[in-house]
Amino acid sequence: MLHIKCPHCGMRSQNEFSYGGDATVKRPELGKEISDQDWDNFVYNRKSLRGKHWEFWQHLSGCRQWIKVQRDTATHEIFKTLKANEEIS
Amino acid sequence: MQKYSVFSLVKNALSNHENWDLAWKDPTPKKEYDVVIIGGGGHGLATAYYLAKEHNITNVAIIEKGWIGGGNVGRNTTIIRSNYMHDDNALFSEFGMDLWRRMSQDLNYNVMFSPRGIINLAHSDAQMNTYARRGNSMRLNGIDAVLLNREEVREIIPMADFSENVRFPIFGGLMQPSAGTARHDAVAWGYARQADDMGVDIIQNCEVIGFDVSAGKINGVRTSRGDIKAKKIGLCVAGSTNILAEKLNMTLPIETHLLQACVSEPVKPVLDKVVTFGAGHFYISQSDKGEMVMGGDLDGYNSYAQRGNLPTLQHVLTEGIAMMPFLSKLKMLRTWGGIMDMSMDGSPIIDKTHIEGLYLNCGWCYGGFKATPASGWTFAHTIAQDRVHELNAGYSLNRFNTGHLLDEKGLGTKTWIS
Repeated sequence: MLHIKCPHCGMRSQNEFSYGGDATVKRPELGKEISDQDWDNFVYNRKSLRGKHWEFWQHLSGCRQWIKVQRDTATHEIFKTLKANEEIS
Repeated sequence: MQKYSVFSLVKNALSNHENWDLAWKDPTPKKEYDVVIIGGGGHGLATAYYLAKEHNITNVAIIEKGWIGGGNVGRNTTIIRSNYMHDDNALFSEFGMDLWRRMSQDLNYNVMFSPRGIINLAHSDAQMNTYARRGNSMRLNGIDAVLLNREEVREIIPMADFSENVRFPIFGGLMQPSAGTARHDAVAWGYARQADDMGVDIIQNCEVIGFDVSAGKINGVRTSRGDIKAKKIGLCVAGSTNILAEKLNMTLPIETHLLQACVSEPVKPVLDKVVTFGAGHFYISQSDKGEMVMGGDLDGYNSYAQRGNLPTLQHVLTEGIAMMPFLSKLKMLRTWGGIMDMSMDGSPIIDKTHIEGLYLNCGWCYGGFKATPASGWTFAHTIAQDRVHELNAGYSLNRFNTGHLLDEKGLGTKTWIS
């Protein structure tokens, strides 16, 4: 069982959260001409790193806020959590 | 090579089984091969076997970081089926079913193929309609499919919950009678033994550290046991695909996720079919030893852990108990996990890449084991002829770019309901 520290609610069990995938993927800017390759990279292509991985989770059965979590994909150790609007440093 | 038969069994029994040949050798890697296959799982072993058998290419090495049979080929729930609706999936899988049917003879190795049939349960009228549609598509492609009503399902699996007051009543199901199971370890060992006999070097405990690429061509691979030159390299590493892709500066439409399976304590024969729950993601069969073999959803987040987490197991088994209440009386014997190469549309990739001489086989999601022979056969063809076969033409890497997705069930990297 993972324990995730929600920046709004504190330490909660994994059961309260749902997963939202890689948090480093940026949506191409609206209204700008972009290449097919850039769109592919946004929609489909993922690095899926082994090791430290920034990812989105939603505190679905809690405050319902989206958050960013830095987790090790091999050991599941969680290093840091941020609010969704905070930049990954 | 010693042929396995009742006579060799009797002969070796007389010498206390001390004189059996090794099933495959433990060679030191050579400096150069015609083809190097990275990944000694089921698909890699099958690829090497068909390279030798169908294309007469025997100067081949399989490089495996761990040991033969230690990855997903030894971690799956052994289900074999071709109950797909889309032509690309159906024709590919049905071609594989033919290979499964004669695999024990071809490999001179009893893979215990048991075509016991698979039933996908339906829990609503709408689901019965989609199953009728899928069954019709299957039959048009020459695959056996039978639509069962509630009473027909009850005849076959009376232990399922047919009471009136349940959340997901059984309306009926779609059965593929020719689907079934096989002993997964035997598949790996059988392919390894035959490939080795035809001259393929199976190199275990050999990790890939990097690649030698120049001017858009692959020249070889750097490993923990030295550099190996090869003009053609096949990547066949399932859940480790992203790790190797990073070394090649490639970003793929793949995420690595963890999938769990478990077995109960062994019980007397009760279930002679593979059954899947239609209102969630749960499947079950009974092994020859009597264990109930069960699996279901992904853990739901990127993972290389190779071991699972309890919330998903609890969720999956809740579905199992909803479907077959007697399961709640059984004790759990083992649980385990494997790391899956989840593609974005839920269908695999067997294709060439932008690097000349580098071939890609990945994205098997929940269905890698049953694809073992067809994947090996088509991947061997793709490598040997340097072009895809019509059977794997739909499994192209650029379909994500062109929009020709193969969204059989809409199951990609996301769990069924998340």
